[in-house]
Parts: sequence; C-alpha cells; structure tokens
Amino acid sequence: MKPARFEYAAPDTLREAVSLLQQHADEDVKILAGGQSLVPLLNMRMARPDLLVDLNRIEELQYIREEGDWLAIGAMTRKRAVEESELVRRRQPVLLAATQLVAHPQIRNRGTVGGSMAHADPAAEYPALALALDAELRALGPGGERTIAAQDFFQSYLTTALEPVEVLTEVRVPVLAAGTGWSFVEVARRHGDFALGGAAATLRLDPGGNVSEARVVLFAVGPTPIRITQVEEMLTGERPAEALFQEAGRRASQEIEEPLSDVHATAEYRRNLAGVLTGRALREAVERAGAERGGER
Amino acid sequence: MTTQQRVRLTVNGVSHEASVDPRTTLADFLRGELALTGTHVGCEHGVCGACTVLLEGRAVRACLMLAVQADGANLMTVEGLEDHGNLHPIQEAFVEEHGLQCGFCTPGFLMTVHELLRKSPDPSDAEIRDALGGQICRCTGYLAILRSVRLAAAKLRDSHVAGSTQHS
Repeated sequence: MKPARFEYAAPDTLREAVSLLQQHADEDVKILAGGQSLVPLLNMRMARPDLLVDLNRIEELQYIREEGDWLAIGAMTRKRAVEESELVRRRQPVLLAATQLVAHPQIRNRGTVGGSMAHADPAAEYPALALALDAELRALGPGGERTIAAQDFFQSYLTTALEPVEVLTEVRVPVLAAGTGWSFVEVARRHGDFALGGAAATLRLDPGGNVSEARVVLFAVGPTPIRITQVEEMLTGERPAEALFQEAGRRASQEIEEPLSDVHATAEYRRNLAGVLTGRALREAVERAGAERGGER
Repeated sequence: MTTQQRVRLTVNGVSHEASVDPRTTLADFLRGELALTGTHVGCEHGVCGACTVLLEGRAVRACLMLAVQADGANLMTVEGLEDHGNLHPIQEAFVEEHGLQCGFCTPGFLMTVHELLRKSPDPSDAEIRDALGGQICRCTGYLAILRSVRLAAAKLRDSHVAGSTQHS
C-alpha cells in the first residue's frame, strides 16, 4: 500500500505550522502528529490530503509540567512519555491508567496526547478521560490562542471544535484531588484493541460515607464520549452499595443512544456492556475513595 | 507533483543519504531503497507489528512512519542484531525455544523484545505479554515466544554479569 501523493512540510516552530495552515486554508490539509491513526488512513487512501503538516520537529510541543493544580501536557508529548512520567504517576493516576489502555507500547512510542484528542475517535481513551476530568484544550490559530473545555471540544464522530487553521498545542488535566476515588475500565476483544465499551468514573464521599460528588463517562457507545448525568445525580447523596451500582448500570445502559452493531459486537451486547462497565467503574471508584479516607469503610 | 526530499539517517550504525517521495513509508524505504528486507511488511496499518524497528532505541511501526520523518534519526532493524556473524542472544533464544515457525513475524518480535529487555532486564510474564500484545504471530500460539523471551532475558543478564560482548 502507498498513500496518494501529498505535499509535505515539517516546520520547526508552532508559528510556522500555523502560518502554513493559514496559507493553505483552501486546500485539504492534514496535521500529522504521532501518525498512528492518520498514517493507516493515508496508507488505505481513506485520507488523501493535498498537504501534510508534520508537527514532529516542533520541540516546544513536547513537555509535561505541573502548574499549580494542573498538569500541562504539550500536544506532541508521546503517550509513552506520559506512561513513564513520575509526575503523572504521582499527580494524576487516572491519566496513567487510561494511557496504559491505549493500544500497545509500540504505538504509544509514537502516538501523542494531542493527536488522540484531535482525532477524537469515539472508542479512544483520551477523549473520555478529558471529559471525565474536565480537561482543557489549548489551540493556537492565526487569531491567537484559545482554551476549549473538554465538554465543548468533542462534537461528533472524529469531529472537534478545532478550526482547520488551528493547532492543538496543550492539554491541561487537573491533578487528582485528595480523597477522590476513580476508575477507568474498558472491554476490548484483545488487550490493546479499540474498546467495545469503556467507562470512567470519579467520585467523592462525604464524612458520613455517602457519595457527595460523582462523574460517570462512557465511551465507545456513541459518536463522542458521553457524561451520564442522570446516573451522577442518582448517586449523589446515596450510600454506596452493590444494589446502587447495579441500578446505576441499568440506568446508564438505558440512557445511551442506540449503539453501533458490527462484526465485533451487536448493539444489544454493547448496551449491556455499558451498564456492566458503569457498575464496575463505580465499585472500583468507591473502593479507592474509601481507601483514601483511611479505610473507614 | 510532489518534490523529492533528502533524508540522512543512520541504520544499524551505517549512514545513508537518499532522496525520497514524502509518501514513502519508512518500511518501504528500508526494504526498497536500502535493501534491508529483514523488516517485513504485513498489514501496513500498524496492527500486525511485523515491520517493527527501533527508532532511537524505541520499538515503532515502520509502516506508520514516513521515510522523511526519519531524517536525522538513528534506526536499528533486525539486520543490526547479529554481531560479526554471531546471532544476538535474543535470536539464539528464539532458535533454542522454537519462538518461530514460518518466521514472517519474527523480526518485529525481536525488535520489540530488544526494547523490552533493555528497559526491563528481568521482566515478569505480565510485562512480556504486554509488550508482545502488539505483535501478531499466526504459527506458534505465543507460548514458545514467551519462553524465548524468558530465555533471552536470562542470556542477556548472564552476558552482562560475565561482562562479555556488549550487545546494544
């Protein structure tokens, strides 16, 4: 296989990248990040851009920094760097867990944080993580920089709020607040495959042991990751118990729209899976929240 | 018409310079331009792992990189494993434990294992399985490969203890 012909530019700076996008605004331009999703599309000629703007030479986009209660991650930071980061391990374990579920080490050696966000595959882990943690996404365009909240960023299947002339520059993830229990789980046919379903949950317990705050996000069950607010509301104020988790799972599987049916799984299977994973994620998040409170429960 | 681009890179310690069409994948470049046909091309979309090579010591899919992106890079392919006609301990281990049958997937496995054992000289089975999860073998059923990796790890640890040949 061989990609269709394209022009290729590999700017050294972010400014150059943006001005290239601006100069070629009337052409089909694709930004090349880690290439682990785009190059397959090129190889199969499902994408036939006129111009590829490769961000791999832009060193200023590769970093992981702690900024107060946030981790600021350069868009071209490899997933493997996230996985190996002591800072991430210490400050944001949900990000580490989600990263380890992305494909295989060989893919994570190239795949980038920003690339996964901008590609916005509905079965991908990072968009779900961003939504679950209220991440922020920074983009630079000809008009300057702007910050987009994760809930506004993922708009549809492979579609984000980014303008064609904008480059995603940074992903900002809040560090995990003390006392927060969390879980990030998925089911795939084989480890490293795209998920047939996935769930992320964060949760806090009040001094009495009741749920004071819950966040539940499902992915691979619709065109974007989705917050299941009905379940979040249902959990708030309740005492965690097996029956509650099961009811949450039932609600979650009803709340989602008709899932995809394909050779990997039927819609019915996926709907059921969404409920099962919701229950699993909540069970694990409660356990972790309990452990954080010094094993009072 | 796309302009050709110059690339300069080091593969298995040898410098190369060539002119490439930007749409040429690194896998095709290694095989077609440099005649390093040990890097096998299977699925060509990153799933099978046969084309895995080392880029600055990291295992990556050569089918998911463009040759132009490797400008200035230091690469290692399966041809770089042997040392003056002697098999690398990882290769010896695959032979001794029957970690291959048809051999098509083997170059990718060897490069993946090379990265794994450099970072983790005494890996658990879970670590080995995690690293090998990105490589597909249709012959062996993987258990012989798992044994090969364990043996390779032991051989490399021994050779480091003995302070013998430096295997990069």
